[in-house]
Amino acid sequence: MTPELWQVTLFTILAALGATALMLVPGLLIAWLLARSRFPGRVLLETIVSLPLVMPPVATGLILLMLCSPRGIIGRALAPLGIEIVFTWKAVVLAMTVMGLPLFVRAVRAGFEQVDRRYERVAATLGAPPLRVFTTITLPLAFPAVLAGAVLGFARALGEFGATIMIAGSIPGATRTLALAIYSFAETGRDREAAIMVFVSAAIAFAALWASNRLAARAGFHT
Amino acid sequence: MILLDFVLEQGEFRLDVHEQLTGRVTALFGPSGSGKTTTLDAIAGLRTPASGEIRVGNRTLVARDRGIDLPSHARHVGYVTQDVALFPHMHVRRNVLYGRRRGQKLELDVVARMLEIQPLLDRPVARLSGGERQRVALARALMSAPELLLLDEPLNAIDLELRRRILPYLERVRDELAVPILYVTHDREELRLLADHVVVLDKGKVVDSGGLG
Repeated sequence: MTPELWQVTLFTILAALGATALMLVPGLLIAWLLARSRFPGRVLLETIVSLPLVMPPVATGLILLMLCSPRGIIGRALAPLGIEIVFTWKAVVLAMTVMGLPLFVRAVRAGFEQVDRRYERVAATLGAPPLRVFTTITLPLAFPAVLAGAVLGFARALGEFGATIMIAGSIPGATRTLALAIYSFAETGRDREAAIMVFVSAAIAFAALWASNRLAARAGFHT
Repeated sequence: MILLDFVLEQGEFRLDVHEQLTGRVTALFGPSGSGKTTTLDAIAGLRTPASGEIRVGNRTLVARDRGIDLPSHARHVGYVTQDVALFPHMHVRRNVLYGRRRGQKLELDVVARMLEIQPLLDRPVARLSGGERQRVALARALMSAPELLLLDEPLNAIDLELRRRILPYLERVRDELAVPILYVTHDREELRLLADHVVVLDKGKVVDSGGLG
């Protein structure tokens, strides 16, 4: 592996890990709301969160580009703070987060729905307020689903292409990820590098899935 | 004194309870579907009465006309449900200590000794027998220092011999801790051994109530 390939690999892993971390708080909150609450606009929230799953990723990328460009709502709001998103590593992480979030939410929501509500009710009668019930009962019991969701989100982030190329471009050494590198190498006839990147992608995805399966198996209920 | 004066509607079922309980152990007695568990759920804050009032001692848990409806976690009511629902991801010790309030006087040692669960404290709950689960659930409810203990057919799921072995533990709880108990049963032997007051429910209405000589 050349330094260029190492850089792309490391950058992609770090960006995907960052995106996975960013998915956690909003993802857990949205999954909990969808699994446990009835409120007006619930179906709308569910639809909006799932949109990136069914829309062409390039279209999602274009929406993000319009929102985050210097003239977009988010871009304008962040400009006074000196934060630029478009065509930087932040754009890569943002695209990965948006594209991975629906998978994370779906997995975690299913996990929350499977937690027997008897435990939550009993915890409440024992004096636990809702946040404590969530952190000590719901979340630990749904842990395998949260883990599976995080791995799915990470794997989706790792392979992100369409939205990333729209909002971050494919700038070598700055925003080029594994998926973008594979495309770029294949397009320019650098087949050997493309093949190495394909192998690296598969190895990372395999390692993530294997680790999550091991952790889920070990997560058995004894603390 | 416990005041139960409420109406709760659940689909076509209507529970109508107007009772003042002064006994140490009051048994809620009646056939299946008469509203016994629903009554406990209403006291524990798991179901909301359509109207009326629930009071335990000086604390008002529900007063619909004044907009009071305390959430479960603020009611200080210990509830041992029929299925006990021990937290499967915690060992026995963490289950028992889950509801322990800061500054409370009742120590784990005292409760563990009283219910003879000391040897079980470091076990996963999956390795408990039926009777052990009942005692651990009882200990967990007691450790939350409740002002009222609700027991929903705690001996229903276990065989007769085990039932006879657990009854003395319930008698100890009754005699050693000054916590009023509301006890759902349809077993006459349990009723005779534990309760000093009985409320008989049928089809959502109180059809009889009084002290047990």
